[in-house]
Amino acid sequence: MSSCIETCKVVEMKDTFDPNADRKAWMSLMAKAPEGRVSALLDAALPRPAHTWLRAPEIGSVMVRGRAGGTGAPFNLGEMTITRCALKLPGGEIGHAYIQGRNKADAEAAALVDALMQTGAASDMRTKVLEPLESEQSARRTTRAEKAAATKVDFFTMVRGED
Amino acid sequence: MQAQTLEGGFAHPATDAAHAFRGAMEAMARPGTIQTLAGATPPAPLSVAAGVALLTLCDTETPLYLAGEADCDAVRTWVAFHTGAPIVGPSHCMFALGTWDALGPLSAYPIGTSEYPDRSATLIVECADLAAEGTTLTGPGIRDSASLSLPKTQAFQDNAALFPLGLDFIFTSGDRIAALPRSTKVL
Repeated sequence: MSSCIETCKVVEMKDTFDPNADRKAWMSLMAKAPEGRVSALLDAALPRPAHTWLRAPEIGSVMVRGRAGGTGAPFNLGEMTITRCALKLPGGEIGHAYIQGRNKADAEAAALVDALMQTGAASDMRTKVLEPLESEQSARRTTRAEKAAATKVDFFTMVRGED
Repeated sequence: MQAQTLEGGFAHPATDAAHAFRGAMEAMARPGTIQTLAGATPPAPLSVAAGVALLTLCDTETPLYLAGEADCDAVRTWVAFHTGAPIVGPSHCMFALGTWDALGPLSAYPIGTSEYPDRSATLIVECADLAAEGTTLTGPGIRDSASLSLPKTQAFQDNAALFPLGLDFIFTSGDRIAALPRSTKVL
């Protein structure tokens, strides 16, 4: 019964337009970026704006959940360490960050990018921070997939002449 | 997004929450004494003490009921951001917040079961004023007798009669806090 409900939810989610899809995408990108990368790209793009903390960077852990095969019942995969923070720009834009690992400087940079994406600097941020991150991530993924593919073994059975 | 007021949390969460918890615990352990809480500035209409109490006592596992005027967008957003406490109705809450008139009737709140008397609600009552005078209190944590300006007397006598079941109360006014556990006898 519960699995039936989960499936329905997934189908519904796909049919609905998610107004936050864009923001989810860039937050996900920065959450998984390698250590120090977001800070470096942000500093290369523009000088950091002033900000006030709504929540100073803090380290904690979250439970990561998964589904076997992407469709099974959800199970707890394990805990991972995250760093989170929230800040406000002088213009009132609020930036949140939840990133993997325990690097407070990276969380600050990710929150700044999130806040700047809501300002006039959005296109700058997209071309100078998010797009490089995205290409690096897909490159990492491809390399990994290629390495895995190189070790793939195809099992086959010789067809014996039966007749 | 921009209009939200998320400011006003603890500047130093660990230290501030520890100080606030000490204050709330002293108030609960010695009914009738008035403590001072500080460190947070919640959105209106919450008092400072009520906001600090929420930040200190609530998290994602303590359902919260906001009664009357306290149930507004600003407070909901602030509570969600700083504590993550789910907002529920009075019958499922572990904490409730509001003025005395907004919180009633008290029969709506869980008073615990004989096996688990702790599964009861704590009501944070916003008061216009708080003073160590008025109704006389005796019981655990009180040497001879104490006095506290309670909004009503009969309701608290009925609640004390339910012991070991019953509700616990925290009274807040500005940055001042007092408490009335179910174990206290209200004369």
